[in-house]
Amino acid sequence: MGKTLSEKVWDEHVVRSTAGEPDLLYIDLHLIHEVTSPQAFDGLRLTGRKVRRPDLTLATEDHNVPTLDWDKPIADPVSRTQVETLRKNAEEFGVRLHPLGDVNQGIVHVVGPQLGLTQPGMTIVCGDSHTSTHGAFGAIAFGIGTSEVEHVLATQTLPQAKPKTMAVTVNGSLPAGVTAKDLILTLISKTGTGGGQGYIVEYRGEAIRALSMEGRMTICNMSIEWGAKAGLIAPDETTFAYIEGKPEAPKGADWDAAVEHWKTLVTDEDAVFDEEIVLDAAEITPFVTWGTNPGQGAPLGANVPNPADFAEEQDRVAAEKALAYMGLEAGTPLREVKVDTVFIGSCTNGRIEDLRLAAETIKGHKVADGTRLLVVPGSVKVRLQAQEEGLDKVFIEAGAEWRGAGCSMCLGMNPDTLEPGERSASTSNRNFEGRQGKGGRTHLVSVPVAAATAVRGTLSAPADLAPANA
Amino acid sequence: MDKFTTHTGVGVPLKRSNVDTDQIIPAVYLKRVTRSGFEDGLFAAWRNDPEFILNQDVYKAGTVLVAGPDFGTGSSREHAVWALQNYGFKVVLSARFADIFRGNSGKAGLLTGQVDEKVVQRLWDYLDDNPGGEITVDLESQTVSTADGSVTDSFDVDPYTKWRLLNGLDDISLTLGNEADIAAFEGTRPTWKPVTQHA
Repeated sequence: MGKTLSEKVWDEHVVRSTAGEPDLLYIDLHLIHEVTSPQAFDGLRLTGRKVRRPDLTLATEDHNVPTLDWDKPIADPVSRTQVETLRKNAEEFGVRLHPLGDVNQGIVHVVGPQLGLTQPGMTIVCGDSHTSTHGAFGAIAFGIGTSEVEHVLATQTLPQAKPKTMAVTVNGSLPAGVTAKDLILTLISKTGTGGGQGYIVEYRGEAIRALSMEGRMTICNMSIEWGAKAGLIAPDETTFAYIEGKPEAPKGADWDAAVEHWKTLVTDEDAVFDEEIVLDAAEITPFVTWGTNPGQGAPLGANVPNPADFAEEQDRVAAEKALAYMGLEAGTPLREVKVDTVFIGSCTNGRIEDLRLAAETIKGHKVADGTRLLVVPGSVKVRLQAQEEGLDKVFIEAGAEWRGAGCSMCLGMNPDTLEPGERSASTSNRNFEGRQGKGGRTHLVSVPVAAATAVRGTLSAPADLAPANA
Repeated sequence: MDKFTTHTGVGVPLKRSNVDTDQIIPAVYLKRVTRSGFEDGLFAAWRNDPEFILNQDVYKAGTVLVAGPDFGTGSSREHAVWALQNYGFKVVLSARFADIFRGNSGKAGLLTGQVDEKVVQRLWDYLDDNPGGEITVDLESQTVSTADGSVTDSFDVDPYTKWRLLNGLDDISLTLGNEADIAAFEGTRPTWKPVTQHA
């Protein structure tokens, strides 16, 4: 019997396999940030250990950093301590760090791919659940806890039980204006937040093949939101074209050897998945969340659901709680929900293609009165690229705030937060209670929906906008 | 991780059940950047009460915590184990432990011995009669006993954790025991795999 893509990548990284014990897996790339690494480094210090492979380790500052005044000392003492601790640890243990102010600084999951460090067939870990993003390149990539961070630092390996395999096949093509974000939100609403538990998921089919690398990263990024261990997509010409020429991409003969190997990283015809889900891309429409987990979503054209309509008792109770927290009335058209803040950014949707899409929608329009729009590039490089293309001017002319790179309003760990009761349309990945700030109310949306929402002040798609002023 | 064979130390009766990890170490203490120094956050809310057991002089040097059932429930935070160890505890005895807490303890070298509820009661009785009294926990024979001999009984610990504690093997030590395999694997990695630092 043949192997699936994830089985091939897994098997290539098994250092040691013993019956009754988890496999010992070699880690090709370990990404580090300021929040989940301090105790791991302290553990090394307490036991007198060193980082085994600093040359397979990369650190950046993203979760805590401000997106304004980034040239000044960080105001919040806890954030400042974590960032300073990372700098000290990187220095002491010889780890390459891209700190605030560096041209390669940014969200760890944006920085890896843009440096060309994320490549097909790799194992990639980071103390962050959205590490699954890197699966877009045909890598096995997953988030780990602080003790595991220490384990990888010390040994460059991780004991891991082999997950089951699942295929999500998306046939057909996405309609115009419908993005990878709508696709993954639709999938999560069907599976629930636990549907992928215990699986490495391979996304495949015509609609996936048609996606850009940015779109594929958006899909894989949110694998964790339906509980999957990791999500990945077989590498193809789109993948190779994205990597070629990046700073850390293989060059010359190495490039040829790498591509030759990468081309073998596909699921064999006769391989069998433990589970399979099939979707029709043509049926997918702009999709938004109305509740407090990423599975509580509906097409933008629908109404806020009535909890009484849920068949399962636990779904009904969850919906009631969510609507109360979100301050929503059942039956209200989602298009009439008024939004205070629109956030475009994060490791889900903070790459250059996302900013281009946003600018395309917003060009010639103004942000609605009473609404604020925050545009936060995922990395300094994305910010510079956007400025080179004049996207920053489009945003600023529309009345948006054009910020520095970081995780920003995706998670309330830095100065960019919602006030209690404030409602956002956000291109990020989690709409949990308080995620964007205590009492904040989050609707997860695609980039075009976010941009159109900023213009109309209510949840909207670009098709809802009047023609722009030329 | 230090080897654990046998330990004798002051027993501390914690007469509460369902002690969750938020009570062991509140979230506000999680912003630290070290693995040490969490002893000041251990049972932080209760330590404001002068009557709390750890505020009584005879128990301040406690190393064997004797707690009610369902110890360590709730959040998976590893800091709960660190806080107990930073304070000086080597052993927690209870009739039932939450799974994640017990797993985290074993990995960090804190012994969680599961004893019958009646044994917990008899240890509490002993400590009530002998405040500051010592308890001996012998891992090899899996026995717990009091200095006056009034309690001698057995405790449960899973064989894998027992083996690791007796040999002082944490996860990293275990993996480094396979150093030769790791080095051999590294020798087979293709040269075109990316690196973050160039010679």
